Amino acid sequence: MAESQPSFSVKSFYDFLGKKKLMGVKCSKCNKLFTPPRPMCPYCGSTKLSWVELKGDGKLATFTVVHVGPSELASETPYIVGVVELDEGPKVSCRITGIDPTKPDLIKLKSPMKADFIIKGEKAVLAFHPAS
Amino acid sequence: MKLDRGVAVVGAGMTKFGRHADLSSRELFVDAFWRALASVDRNFEKKMIQALFLGNFTSDLFEHQGHTAPIMTDWVGLCPAPATRVEGACASGGLAFRTGVMAIASGLYDVVCVGGYEKMTTLPTPAVTDALACASDFFYEAIPGATFPGLYAEMAVAHMKKYGTKWEMLAKISLKDHRNGSLNPLAQFNKSIEDIAKGKGFTDVMQFLTDPKSNPVVAWPLRLFDCSPISDGAAATILVAAERAKEFTDTPVYVIGTGQGSASIGLHDRQDFTTLPSAVEASKQAYKMAGVTPEDIQIAEVHDCFTIAEVIATEDLGFFQKGEGGKAAAEGRTAREGDKPINTSGGLKCKGHPVGASGVAQIYEQFEQLRGAAGGRQVPDVELTLTHNVGGSGSTAVVHIFSRTKP
Repeated sequence: MAESQPSFSVKSFYDFLGKKKLMGVKCSKCNKLFTPPRPMCPYCGSTKLSWVELKGDGKLATFTVVHVGPSELASETPYIVGVVELDEGPKVSCRITGIDPTKPDLIKLKSPMKADFIIKGEKAVLAFHPAS
Repeated sequence: MKLDRGVAVVGAGMTKFGRHADLSSRELFVDAFWRALASVDRNFEKKMIQALFLGNFTSDLFEHQGHTAPIMTDWVGLCPAPATRVEGACASGGLAFRTGVMAIASGLYDVVCVGGYEKMTTLPTPAVTDALACASDFFYEAIPGATFPGLYAEMAVAHMKKYGTKWEMLAKISLKDHRNGSLNPLAQFNKSIEDIAKGKGFTDVMQFLTDPKSNPVVAWPLRLFDCSPISDGAAATILVAAERAKEFTDTPVYVIGTGQGSASIGLHDRQDFTTLPSAVEASKQAYKMAGVTPEDIQIAEVHDCFTIAEVIATEDLGFFQKGEGGKAAAEGRTAREGDKPINTSGGLKCKGHPVGASGVAQIYEQFEQLRGAAGGRQVPDVELTLTHNVGGSGSTAVVHIFSRTKP
């Protein structure tokens, strides 16, 4: 494993998010790209990996509107979460902002999305909003 | 894949599922255990049990109690027998059963007890929601705000967009579950939704189910009545080597197929949100081992943690074409009188879903059905049945096939 890079870990992913960077991992053996990070390529099993900054562009793959939330988000309901398929290929789970949560029938899958970062003190959360 | 030795279920029991304010998982398991013992027809003694395999998702969070298998073994007076806790989120019970089957098939044991239990109602609902988030990808799904119902809601949105499935089809599944469950004295809810609606002053059950106060949205499009409840409960079964089954009963239930699959924990790592590849894999293995096809299966208990999960299950199991599960349910094909009765027990929706117990409770239902003991829920002439138990949003799935006939 490359020692000079941050570990291919949950912590590194969130440290990057805190710096408003959406990062993926490229395997130098099979050339595939994946995120969230893992220390072993999920495609070929190689550990010859390196971090890559992703563009933050993608399309909405699915979503839901959460009305009954976990304790720490109870005051923010209803809010939207979903999965975005990045232009580079991998999909990520994220908060969805900039869309009216009271009109879910109007939300269209495959609509273009742009990455956003919700930062509250030490905590960073990946979000996407409509690209236009 | 084959079992070197046959396995049969000769006893099964479960507690009523629901809110048992005064009982911990220990008391619940003892209750289920004694019911299972009492259900064995003859010649059985507790001391014949050589090992216990027990499904329990997280007494750690719900009761601050880990290491529960030896506790249950001690509580039923069976120490020093080997006691193993099996965890696979909501598939814990089914996984425990498969582990017990493998233990007997290996030749190591002749007689084992497989059980499952969960005590969920002590904590307030937000804390239960937090605990259930452990079955999702905590780091990459829960942290951005996805809840467990939210993940299945995301599958529902994908299924609706891809196949035109409508929420009204999901509502028909809830109605069917309660019609079955109202005939199940051990179910958490004992009324049909039609009766619940009448009790609240609604003459039209669909008006009740679309009323925002009576059936609020939990995670769009899933509403309260699309979701299995929070429950306490336990279930237990007695498994023996098939060649010894007739010592204990004239009507053993033979395990003729078992299968298990895994998948990524996060929905974001799945290719298709409208199917559970772990369940497809598990069912392929089970069908092959049993030498049967989906058409041969007469009734099935499937993992309906949410109504959409039942739709997806019936497609993954090959009962209906991809995308047709909602339509089939809406047409009444999965009712007790239909051509493919699904969840005659009432399903997780109506019977309840004490997480670790559910997989074993599915097997209890089919033990009763195969022996003609399911009372008002009885489907006539049941010979071949299937159970489908899923963990989380599909990272674990376990399928078992049962027959009245020795293979």
